Amino acid sequence: MKTPRGAAPEPGRPIDFVRNARLALGDPFLRAALRATMVRFRDRQAAVIAEVPEWQALRDYACAVKRHTLGRLDQYLEQLEAQVALRGGHVHWARDGAEAAGIIARLARGRRVVKSKSMTSEEIGLNEALASAGCEVTETDLGEYLLQLAGEAPSHLIAPIVHRSKEFIAALLSAAAGRPLPAEPERLTAVARELLRRRFLEAEVGITGANFLVAETGTVVLVENEGNIRLTTTIPRVHIALAGVEKVIPRLADLAVFLTLLPRAATGQRMSSYVSLLTGPRRSGERDGPEEFHLVLVDNGRTAVHGDETMREVLACIRCGACLDVCPVFERVGGHAYGSVYSGPIGAVLTPLLQGLTVAGDLPFASSLCGACGEVCPVKIDLPRLLLELRARVVRSRGAPLGERLFLRAWTWVMGSAVRLTLAGSLVRLARGLVGPRPRWLPAPLSRWIAFRDLPPAAPAAFRRGRRR
Amino acid sequence: MRAALFVTCLVDQLFPRTGRAAEDLLRHLGVTVEFPPGQTCCGQVAFNDGFWSEARPLARRLLGVFDHADAVVAPSASCVAMIREFYPILLRDDPARAAQAREVGRRTYELTEFLVDVLGVVAVGAHFPHRVAYHPACHGLRLLGLREQPLRLLRHVRELDLRPLVGAEECCGFGGMFALKFAELSAAMLETKLRAIEASGAEFVTATDVSCLMHIDGGLRRRRSAVGTIPIAEILAAR
Ligand code: SF4
Repeated sequence: MKTPRGAAPEPGRPIDFVRNARLALGDPFLRAALRATMVRFRDRQAAVIAEVPEWQALRDYACAVKRHTLGRLDQYLEQLEAQVALRGGHVHWARDGAEAAGIIARLARGRRVVKSKSMTSEEIGLNEALASAGCEVTETDLGEYLLQLAGEAPSHLIAPIVHRSKEFIAALLSAAAGRPLPAEPERLTAVARELLRRRFLEAEVGITGANFLVAETGTVVLVENEGNIRLTTTIPRVHIALAGVEKVIPRLADLAVFLTLLPRAATGQRMSSYVSLLTGPRRSGERDGPEEFHLVLVDNGRTAVHGDETMREVLACIRCGACLDVCPVFERVGGHAYGSVYSGPIGAVLTPLLQGLTVAGDLPFASSLCGACGEVCPVKIDLPRLLLELRARVVRSRGAPLGERLFLRAWTWVMGSAVRLTLAGSLVRLARGLVGPRPRWLPAPLSRWIAFRDLPPAAPAAFRRGRRR
Repeated sequence: MRAALFVTCLVDQLFPRTGRAAEDLLRHLGVTVEFPPGQTCCGQVAFNDGFWSEARPLARRLLGVFDHADAVVAPSASCVAMIREFYPILLRDDPARAAQAREVGRRTYELTEFLVDVLGVVAVGAHFPHRVAYHPACHGLRLLGLREQPLRLLRHVRELDLRPLVGAEECCGFGGMFALKFAELSAAMLETKLRAIEASGAEFVTATDVSCLMHIDGGLRRRRSAVGTIPIAEILAAR
């Protein structure tokens, strides 16, 4: 059965972050698991990042490459298309998710499909489209495979099933294997591998995402740890890579910096276990690789973001998940609370941009603006600033709840004059003296302060009064 | 050296002792302190919550008040960050004001930053015989780069026993309106911080931001904790 937190996001419905967060906070297992995982990730990342003395310079460089590319996206995409075609691959352009899913469903129709990590495929609802095209689809990343068995959506970019216990996983795999399995991670991994191996051997189509697309050579770059991407791209006769248009980078030489940054930021590894550089289908004389290669480039709102000067830099994201790992909000609520494919700070920026402020206008506010995400982002996306910009847009376009609006209007009105501030301050201090540290009632939104915290003690007089004497 | 003190609305009305401590401390170090009485609030709460049109008049007002000051010093990291980092963004449609904001921003300092980076003092002659944990408030830490300054000052306070804080750089969960809008979430973040503070064995927790301390203090009191809060200005002014 699907739990609320595991339910797939419903397109078009406003995301109620407050409600989602409350649900997540009420789940002690989730809280403990997230905390443990996030702290472990953070420690590992910090350690391997500290080993690279030129880390900040690499970030600058990566950021510069991305900005340069975004500055001439059209040019690089055209080059990419030409290069892929030159090497015998096919490029398909999709304006939105439905179109991309349709293209892939047509290519894969009725065949057995193995899939490997792709947030973009979640974004466009690919699995549903494939199912209606009569395909049998198997996710082959261990975490994604387990989610597929459970019928849940991923909750973390890099650790999609962080929210589930090993007992839960044992139950899933026992059902899939048709025999009871103990909750031992190693045994479970071995069984999953066995189950997946069969799927690989039967597969006719392999679908992957792409970490990077190299314009110069038409190369799809895939970074992974489990080896399943290798199998996905070599065993089936057809390989389809799905990627957002922002994944392109100019040259093969630019890859080095990203391959240094990505694994350290993502998983705290010095290197990923496997890096695949795939250029076109198998050529004569080659022993492996697919006979047919398709690259599906999806826009799905990216061009609009690209046209938005203030927000454009968000397209530099390399989906490493580092911003999630340091985010104190994500750590408390997990990925599902964000109600969309992308969660954490990057999700709080990207989802409203891709799905609109009406749907995701809550998300930019789901941050204490502590700034940890911006500090860690390997491509230097200024996430806190983007959150602030989006908040202003939400307030302008959708407005804020009445209580909040009144509170802030009153606040700014009072602060508009020293006399008003003095008067209001006296009233507040007087009121505080009357109600005590733990009043039973206060008007919203202050009521939410006293639900968890005492009020500060009342000072007898303002600072400015002492100055006048 | 002359400096205009920006006490911030919260310090002015709720934590006047902190303002007095900052003033005493600066005087003690030979700074001529002015207090422009027209000052009110930097507008951070409104700006952070997306109410930019409401925040703008406050920003313009504050810039006017401090336009002629040689230096502006505030015992609040987040308000300094607001002026220095965000006024130019808030006022970007008005290039003259944005330029003024950058100009005033260059001369605006958080208290510990001013002491260490401008005055070049680390030993301020304070005496505070207590166990203290330092919480690096986020805006100071990441927007102003206050890493070493407060710690160096604290290490020079006589008989102060500085206690390490686990997860020191993690947010306490305040975040202005965040603490009200997402109260449960804010409280969950606060809880982690409070546990770390209590585990540090400190008698007091200090920070460069009274707003974060107000939230931490509220949580400690609710738990009837033995640990108290004290703004760093008051430690540095303690004799
Ligand atoms: S925004 Fe930055 S830190 Fe977050 S996933 Fe993207 S690249 Fe990584």
